[in-house]
Formats: sequence, C-alpha cells, structure tokens
Amino acid sequence: MLFSLVILSAPYSNQSSMTAFEFAKTLLSEGHKIHRIFFYSDGIHNATSLSAPPQDEINLPVEWQQLSIKENIDLVVCVAAALRRGLLNDEEAKRYAKPAVNLLDNFEISGLGQLLEAAVVSDRLITFGA
Amino acid sequence: MAILHTINKSPFHVSTMNSCLLICSNLDSVILIADGVLGAIHSSPLALKIEQLSASGTRFYALQSDAIARGVVEKLLPNISLASYADFVRLSVECNQIQSWF
Amino acid sequence: MKKILFISRHAPYGNSYAREALDALLAASAYDQNLSLLFMDDGVFQLLPNQNPTFIHQKNMAASLQALELYGIENIYCLSSSLIERGLNQTDLILENIKLIDTITTNSLISQQDQLISF
Repeated sequence: MLFSLVILSAPYSNQSSMTAFEFAKTLLSEGHKIHRIFFYSDGIHNATSLSAPPQDEINLPVEWQQLSIKENIDLVVCVAAALRRGLLNDEEAKRYAKPAVNLLDNFEISGLGQLLEAAVVSDRLITFGA
Repeated sequence: MAILHTINKSPFHVSTMNSCLLICSNLDSVILIADGVLGAIHSSPLALKIEQLSASGTRFYALQSDAIARGVVEKLLPNISLASYADFVRLSVECNQIQSWF
Repeated sequence: MKKILFISRHAPYGNSYAREALDALLAASAYDQNLSLLFMDDGVFQLLPNQNPTFIHQKNMAASLQALELYGIENIYCLSSSLIERGLNQTDLILENIKLIDTITTNSLISQQDQLISF
C-alpha cells in the first residue's frame, strides 16, 4: 500500500514524531511504500539543520534525512508553518532578508496543496499529532 | 475492520480517550500509543468502557515498546493486546480509515 | 474524486490546531475533491459568536470560518454531545448550515470517507 504521513509535533518535546519515524521505518520494512511525509504545525521543527542533541540521543531531523536518501521519500515542509516558526530555505531567507538558512537538505518547503495531493494519491494517510 | 483509532494521551490527564471511545463502534480497532498506553491499565478511568466495547467486538491494542518504556506491561487490562510496530502497520492496512486522537 | 474529512477538535487561540485545520481545508478546496469538516470536543468553541482576539494578537477564528461558504465548503458537521457537554446550543453557533450529528452518525460519517485529516 501507498502511505502518506502528516506530522504535527516537534521532535524531542513530544514523542509523536519519533513514533512516526518508527512507523515509517516499519512501513518500509513490511514492503509498503511512502508517497510523502508532510510536516505541518510544530512538525516543521523536524526539518531543522541546526539540531545538536547530546551524542547518546537521536538526532531525528538527520534520521528523517537519512531515511529520505535511502528510500527516496518526499519530505515536505509547509511554507506557512515554517515561516511563522523560523525555518527557512535559501529562497525564503533572501525573500525576508533573514540572516540564516536552516532547512536541512532533502527537505523541501512547499504549500498545503501537497497535503491534499498526498491524501488524494495515497491509499492511507496517518496523522501524528502532539 | 472499519476505523483504526490511535490515541496518544493518558485518560488520567485529558479526555481525549473518552472522546474516542464515545465515537468508537464494535467494528473498529483502537491502538494506544505513547502516553495512551496508560489508558489500558487496570486502574484506567475507562477500564469499564474498554471492557464493554471489547465485549461488543472492538479490538484494543497497546504499542508494546511504549508499554515497556512506561513499566506498565504487567498492569494492562486483559482485553488489551500488545502490538509491535509491524502489528501497527498491519492494522493501518486492514482498516479503511485512520483517526488520530491527540 | 475522494471523500476527505477534516476533523477539528481543539479550541481556537490556545494552540494553532484550529487555525491550521482551517488553513489546510481552505487550501484543499482548490482541488475539486469532496471535502467535509467536523467540529467536535473543544473544536465546537470555534463556532461561538462574539469572539474578539484583538488583545491576544491573533486573527478572528469565527470571521475566518465565514469563508467556508465562499470556498464552497458545504458539508459541515458538529457533534451534538460536544455542544451539550459545553452548555452550548445550535442557536449559539455562528454557522447556519451546520449539521448536528450524534456519535453513531459521526462513526458512520468517518467510515464513509476515503481519508481523514485529523487536528
């Protein structure tokens, strides 16, 4: 089956995004496919390039990135949610004259249309909220 | 199975699980994840409701890694099945819709 | 065309879920799918009149919900027990064409959908 995931919670402060990650990995190991993982609301914090947890803790943004590279998964961050919370790619940082870019590679910033498209195209959509 | 409900909140804390069980039918399955597994222990305020729904056909699961994390495996109600992530995936394939309660 | 139900369970202003649910639904309306919206639990508080979030520096949720009609979103539901639990009546609510449903009908509504987008 083709799945899409919607992630609404930030890593670390809530277990939800880690649950989503384990679910995503298991989906793939069980032979299912992932169309898109859509990061919305506080979920956009999963896409930061600046997370620096202690060595003995998981760096979830990097884990998402690695999974995306290995399994060719579309990681999409909602632009409105990202801008409000200060997560910017190069284009947005220039547009708003901000001093830094902090979107992790392999994540893409896009609009809410990508959420609806994921719902239309996928067999199953599952939300992980805070 | 019709709807798979996921609940990640403790019923001792908020009424999320209560709301889910009001909507739940005997065709549905409920999987308790994260703090939601606390809703599946003997002293749960929803223990009776779980028993009633279970008797009618609703299937209840607790995500095993979350129950182990919280040290509540031995405290779970009898109608609760421990589920692995593979079981969680299987349930989400078998259902028709997934409703997440948080 | 898919049947997609947005479920909004949180009160406005305290967290961003109510606002983000509406934004997602309005964006979705551009895509010619069969969209529905269900208010339940504290989500019914989004439907109260006389909201004035000026002093908390947020946009008015009730005013934004009036856009639903303009965007062609007609299938709007509210769980009646959520209103009763909160001491509210249908006549209290800002949207006129909202359909009140009970818990059994709510399960049935959910069961008819292709996808749920839960907030």
